[in-house]
Amino acid sequence: MKRVRVNPITCEGHGLCAELLPERIQLDEWGFPIVDREPVAGEAARHAARAVEACPTLALLLEAASDRSR
Amino acid sequence: MTAMRATRAPELIGPGPPRLLAGVSSAGAPSTLDEHLSVYGQLPPAGAIDLPALVDASGLRGLGGAGFPTATKLRAVASQRGRPFVVANGAEGEPISGKDKVLVRYLPHLVLDGAAAAAHALGAREAIVALSRADRDGIDALSAAIAERGGGLDKRVRLRAIAVPDGFVAGEETALVQFLNRGVAKPTFTPPLPFERGVGKAPTLVQNVETLAQLALIARFGPVWFRAVGTADEPGSALVTISGAVAEPGVYEVALGTPLRELVAQAGGVTEHVRAFLVGGFFGSWLGEREAADASLLEGDLRSRGARLGARAIVVLPTSACGICETARAMRYLADSSAGQCGPCVYGLDAIARSFERLAAQQSRDERKQLSRWIQQVRGRGACRHPDGAAAFATSALKVFARESELHLRGRCEGKRRVLPIPGIAA
Ligand SMILES: Cc1cc2nc3c(=O)[nH]c(=O)nc-3n(C[C@H](O)[C@H](O)[C@H](O)COP(=O)(O)O)c2cc1C
Ligand code: SF4
Ligand code: SF4
Repeated sequence: MKRVRVNPITCEGHGLCAELLPERIQLDEWGFPIVDREPVAGEAARHAARAVEACPTLALLLEAASDRSR
Repeated sequence: MTAMRATRAPELIGPGPPRLLAGVSSAGAPSTLDEHLSVYGQLPPAGAIDLPALVDASGLRGLGGAGFPTATKLRAVASQRGRPFVVANGAEGEPISGKDKVLVRYLPHLVLDGAAAAAHALGAREAIVALSRADRDGIDALSAAIAERGGGLDKRVRLRAIAVPDGFVAGEETALVQFLNRGVAKPTFTPPLPFERGVGKAPTLVQNVETLAQLALIARFGPVWFRAVGTADEPGSALVTISGAVAEPGVYEVALGTPLRELVAQAGGVTEHVRAFLVGGFFGSWLGEREAADASLLEGDLRSRGARLGARAIVVLPTSACGICETARAMRYLADSSAGQCGPCVYGLDAIARSFERLAAQQSRDERKQLSRWIQQVRGRGACRHPDGAAAFATSALKVFARESELHLRGRCEGKRRVLPIPGIAA
């Protein structure tokens, strides 16, 4: 299983990811993503892969749900 | 900081004489190599001990704030491929903490022993002690101590003191590593963590200078000696910085488990009525006077009170100071200390600080709901834990100073005195 994570240093708050993966990503009032760490499966996994590809700064990552990182 | 007052080594509360601070000379000068060896003796040769096993049995945990088991970190570094590197973290960016500066300034050889012992155990050839640029005394003491040791004592390990930029975030471990690699003292995204890929891409052990000083004693005297003070869960002694409304602020060595009350008594007792305690530094929490009455200096005990021991920096807030005003000042400092890299840290901490500033200024609109939401929202969303620490601090302020916030909303403030030392701002 995979889950979504954002690299907050490279993220520039374009907000594209929240449109492509509304199941897991909301934006805060400054336009930065708040990511739900629940693993993605099925359609959400497809949306996640699309969002990862679309992020203009490559700040969105898919990591194994077993990863120690937060 | 009032750390200069801690030139004496206070008696350790509980069984036994002072341990870590036993070698602090009454003259207030850094201990020389001869003095150092006459108090603590020689380090055993690296081949004669199994350092990770000794550290494991002693139960030593990191003393830089996070409390991570030191043996686990040693083993994690050792399990990586490549020759490891050792960084002793003496940056001590926390404005209300003075213990690392005291340790480096008065006992430089103990810190160097710890760095050298860790390096020997890991097969590292180089160990760096990182100190804040502003800590001239520490840099002088350490450089003199390194020169005094020559090459003889630390065969095969090159020891160096390096000045790093001052500031709250510069002491975060990935910021140290990035500074040593490319001169940029800002945290990096993880993984890789320093133990995987640190200085010059080598697996890097980053350990607080006090952790290494304790390790140097464990290497000599062993885990049974280490556990002779403290509790079974939280063994040993530790350095505590206490300031604010006490007669003798400074750095003290206490056995873990010492009642907070006893520490305050050791620091000469309180000088005014107490409103609250700040425990664990600016990443820590406020504890109301009553809540703190029977607290002891243990992570477990403080956790059950919604606080944490952290890097063991404690401020006694008198009733002549206001908890909301002091929190607003500290939050502004934390927000301004952001490395400026992560949106949630940059905008979130600033919004939280502004909200506290409005509350402190007795603006009548109640925005505490929104403030709580912002505090919740920044947690876990930075590349480092700076937002998390700031959030814990802010949360405790809203809880402990609930009455004071109500008063502020009605245009009243109970104390104008300023107690927290904020760098760059007069108290
Ligand atoms: C914002 C921030 C600032 C930090 N500053 C320091 C510091 O000044 N000194 C320190 O020893 N650890 C500091 N730390 C903790 C280090 O990242 C690291 O955990 C520590 O040096 C590890 O050593 P230890 O396990 O011996 O405690 C900081 C952490 C954060 C998140
Ligand atoms: S699309 Fe990328 S840059 Fe934009 S908000 Fe999402 S993670 Fe950040
Ligand atoms: S969370 Fe804040 S302090 Fe940490 S790296 Fe990001 S901007 Fe810098």
